[in-house]
Amino acid sequence: MAGVLHTLVEPGFFSDSAVQLALVVGGVVALVAAAVGVFTVLRGQAFAGDALGHMGAAGGSSAYLIGLAPLWGFVAVALAAAGLMEMVGIQRARGRDLATGIVLGAGLGLAALFLYLDTTHSGTAGATGTILVGSIFTLDPAILPAALALGAIALIIVIALFRPLLLSSISPELAVARGIPVRAVGILYLIAMAVAVALCAVTIGAILSTALLIGPGAAALALTNRPGRAVALAGVIGLAATWLGVLLAYDSYYWPPLHHGWPVSFFVVALVLIAYLGARAGGRRRVGG
Amino acid sequence: MFSAFMVNAWIVATIVAVVGGAVGFFVVLRGSAFVAHAVPNGSFAGAAAAALVGISTLVGLGVFALGGALGIGLLGRRGRPEVATALTLVFMLALGALFLGFTTEYGPEIYSLLFGEVLGVSSAALAPTAGLAAATLAGLALLYRPLLFSSVLPESGRARGVSAFGIELCFLMVVAAATTVTVPVVGTALIFSLMIGPAAGARAFTARPHLALALSMAFALVTVWAAIALSYESGWPVGFFVGAGSAAAYVCGRGWTLARRRV
Repeated sequence: MAGVLHTLVEPGFFSDSAVQLALVVGGVVALVAAAVGVFTVLRGQAFAGDALGHMGAAGGSSAYLIGLAPLWGFVAVALAAAGLMEMVGIQRARGRDLATGIVLGAGLGLAALFLYLDTTHSGTAGATGTILVGSIFTLDPAILPAALALGAIALIIVIALFRPLLLSSISPELAVARGIPVRAVGILYLIAMAVAVALCAVTIGAILSTALLIGPGAAALALTNRPGRAVALAGVIGLAATWLGVLLAYDSYYWPPLHHGWPVSFFVVALVLIAYLGARAGGRRRVGG
Repeated sequence: MFSAFMVNAWIVATIVAVVGGAVGFFVVLRGSAFVAHAVPNGSFAGAAAAALVGISTLVGLGVFALGGALGIGLLGRRGRPEVATALTLVFMLALGALFLGFTTEYGPEIYSLLFGEVLGVSSAALAPTAGLAAATLAGLALLYRPLLFSSVLPESGRARGVSAFGIELCFLMVVAAATTVTVPVVGTALIFSLMIGPAAGARAFTARPHLALALSMAFALVTVWAAIALSYESGWPVGFFVGAGSAAAYVCGRGWTLARRRV
């Protein structure tokens, strides 16, 4: 037994402080993203979630420029972008993707500029890689309280709004008839999503953050129709993908071709995709049989 | 700015703008902004793979753009299309990150792939780019009527025997081909901005499809030319100016709509 464990887990995995921090922060982020993500999938806002993450790159890179932790840049830009999308017209189904796309395009242009300034002026040459694809093993321990607080905010919004949010996601007309302020609920949800995406951006990078947001939620919804169960299932899938990803990345230190480790984000995204494809296959068989 | 080594950049930029503006018209018409964002962005992995194996970037981009487009089309057929698009995109980006981790060349390489490079066009790449662009435009011309039909009136398209799924797949391949042409200059991140901004702006000025198509290409040309000139002068990335220009084209369109409504 100990031998099996030893081949699965390279020695020193659990005693390494960087790994411990990665497991804690990654776990919190995965749970928050999964809970928020179920609704992102239900509301058909995958593009908005993806756009918020990609635009976070502009925030992370500008934070580097002024010497802040990237997390604050991710949060600030995601919130600003969410507000802008809301203003340009995300509430109308028609033209919503276009509004998202326009805001995203402008945001990516800014990201290009800031990353350029990072690499040429402030001497943070590794900034491009860190911001775009993340580096969970080099997190600053000081980030933990902020990550916990932000995660709590997003979770509280989703839990407090659970029923109105569910109804306005599935049937906006019915929600209006019931007197639910659909637009206000939508704006609050967008805030929760922006925070969740910013947290994902810190762990697996701005351009990959969608994987943790959408993947577990979509997989869970392929397996069950019951919302509460879907949120719980998404949490389990997100947590498993993140922790297994961290473990595999740690093990991969001795893998070919370069023997300096594969990126964590690759494992997390690949595991999320596998979970989604597996859930789709499983869900279809259950429905069919 | 017009010296010998910039000539390639100007030629390719013109090709890029014409292709981007034309494909973008249909992207906006079909409301497939997300796909137009995902295919080019994901093809980034192809460029990284090409750098790793040591083959032409254009081949890597083409293979991954096509693979991504097919993945999105097939996965999205059953289930939620936007979820399929998002997950295909992030998986391709993650593959790109992995391949980049394997290569020793880092920073500047990814950077110019993501955000464009004025001087990134060699004379050897000129002929394949032009050929591919011509093929893309030919494909678009061939698909013109069925695309217009199934975009504007999906039901009547089906009634006429135009398969929505077949058209979608063909259209995805056109986007993939356009991606391969446009990536080296504008960068994977900003191409879709070139496809959406000018086309969305153009639609605000006219409802007639031919005119909107022409206007979209014209806006795209102005955006790309200005971006190259400004990038050359300032040294800032092309992508920044393309993103700003495309947003400006859209804002112009919105402004025109508002002004006309007020009169």
